[in-house]
Amino acid sequence: MAQAEFSQSNDLRQIRASVSRRQLISKLFGVLGLLVISAATLILLALVTQLFIQGLPRLNWKFFTSFPSSDFNEAGILSAWVGSLLVMLTTMFVAVPLGVAAGVYLEEYAPKNWLAALIEINVTNLAGVPSIVYGLLALGLFSSMLNLGESVLTAGLTLALLILPIVIVTTREALRAIPSSLREAAYALGASRWQMIWDHILPYSSGSILTGIIIGLSRAIGETAPLITIGALTFIAFLPPSPLKSEFPFISFEWLMAPFTVMPIQMFDWVSRPQPEFQVNAAAAGVVLILMTLSLNAFAIYLRYRLRKGVKW
Amino acid sequence: MVGDTRVLKGSAMERKAEVKNLDFYYGSSKALKDVSMVVWDRNVTALIGPSGCGKTTLLRCFNRMHDLYPGNRYDGEILLDGVNILEKQIDPIEVRMHVSMVFQRPNPFPKSIYENVAYGLRVQGMTQKSLIDEKVEKALQGAALWNEAKDRLKEPAYNLSGGQQQRLCIARAIATEPNMVLFDEPTSALDPIATASIEELINELKQQVTILIVTHSMQQAARVSDYTAFMYLGEMVEFNETNLLFNKPADQKTQDYVSGRFG
Repeated sequence: MAQAEFSQSNDLRQIRASVSRRQLISKLFGVLGLLVISAATLILLALVTQLFIQGLPRLNWKFFTSFPSSDFNEAGILSAWVGSLLVMLTTMFVAVPLGVAAGVYLEEYAPKNWLAALIEINVTNLAGVPSIVYGLLALGLFSSMLNLGESVLTAGLTLALLILPIVIVTTREALRAIPSSLREAAYALGASRWQMIWDHILPYSSGSILTGIIIGLSRAIGETAPLITIGALTFIAFLPPSPLKSEFPFISFEWLMAPFTVMPIQMFDWVSRPQPEFQVNAAAAGVVLILMTLSLNAFAIYLRYRLRKGVKW
Repeated sequence: MVGDTRVLKGSAMERKAEVKNLDFYYGSSKALKDVSMVVWDRNVTALIGPSGCGKTTLLRCFNRMHDLYPGNRYDGEILLDGVNILEKQIDPIEVRMHVSMVFQRPNPFPKSIYENVAYGLRVQGMTQKSLIDEKVEKALQGAALWNEAKDRLKEPAYNLSGGQQQRLCIARAIATEPNMVLFDEPTSALDPIATASIEELINELKQQVTILIVTHSMQQAARVSDYTAFMYLGEMVEFNETNLLFNKPADQKTQDYVSGRFG
């Protein structure tokens, strides 16, 4: 009897020791994870703070409304932010319809065979191709063969190619997240495939699709290498022609063919100058670029929140 | 025996649908083997049997749901009002306009209550607002949901309880005035009270529409159906009037199943 009691309490002790040992390992990982994430966040914060401290004095209205200049006090980012905006617009108008349509086709229409599998692997791989390679492709295809030159259009098309895989993959993931019970519900009422997609699948997944688009755009806005490859200017003291006109038909697409520069290239140009004052300009441009990206991402989060609020299953 | 009941019930019963020597394949595996049965007009016919017996597979042949997935093949006939709906030249969409379906779990669209019911009508090209309003009201009344839903038609369907959602799905299924409604274990995700209200509803609906229901519960089959088919391993073991099938089963396997000895 006493023997049994003894061994019982012994067992209990062993169990407790084992539990606390396993709990300890679990807690250790928690601490390690916290350390790693704080280190990463701190470094990022330090970099951004440094950029802000350095660049903030230069951030005034004039900085946004001046062209670049060899006088660092006169130099501004007017042509750069207008260029970035126009290139992003072009990218969006090309990448969104193509990417969403391709995603819908691959997910909903394409037969599941070896060809579809091959396309799928390729699209995923395209997302990992270095951006400079897209630049080379665009230089040959858009600039030379299609004779589009070093224009906003060439840049927009290049960046559209670059983010197309992102848009396609996120569209497919968004569509895949819609439960099959909703598809079957629509089909069971006699909906055609297109009606099912247009009336249900696309509206329910629009939040996630938009998020993917914006994440793609925020990648594109910081791209430098492919645009330098296609021959974007680093110093430009005029704006592309206005898209709005006073005479009929009031809208002009001349800006598509205009030469341009973009924010990261402007930054790169200033960084590579010897005068230290231009480093301040570069930091200020960096702050603007970061704010542009952050506000794009914030907009994506807001859209996801808004569009998903009414949609749940 | 079937002929006798027609006399007993005192009304001329019509065949709404008839399954003739139906085989069905998922790829190379044969899920239905030489199934034949009759679905009488404005009656409830239940399909029972253990899991994997092919009862849901058979149900989903009636609205050609299997056409949505590649590799499925039908062999045989299902005559709906005399027309073989398994013919290649008949578009499954056309079949689904006449044969609607209520699923195992309530699956309303993440839209308003009104839009859920109206969707079947819109799909078929109906645009006149007053007509849609009228049909939505009629369908919600038919599904015993009008009193609860009439003041909240614009609210999202997900605000409804599970049982109400399933009744909404029934309203959605009857709004287009189909010939036949398929129920695939419609109460398996519901509590007993919601289950009772769905069963009561099925009883009322059969005045207007032919009902085919798959159920895992023998008690439910006994409560709601006029005819019952017992399936086992893809075959139709026995098909008869519900009370005869449960009380005087002709086949030993049916006897074993309905008495709870397997399944």
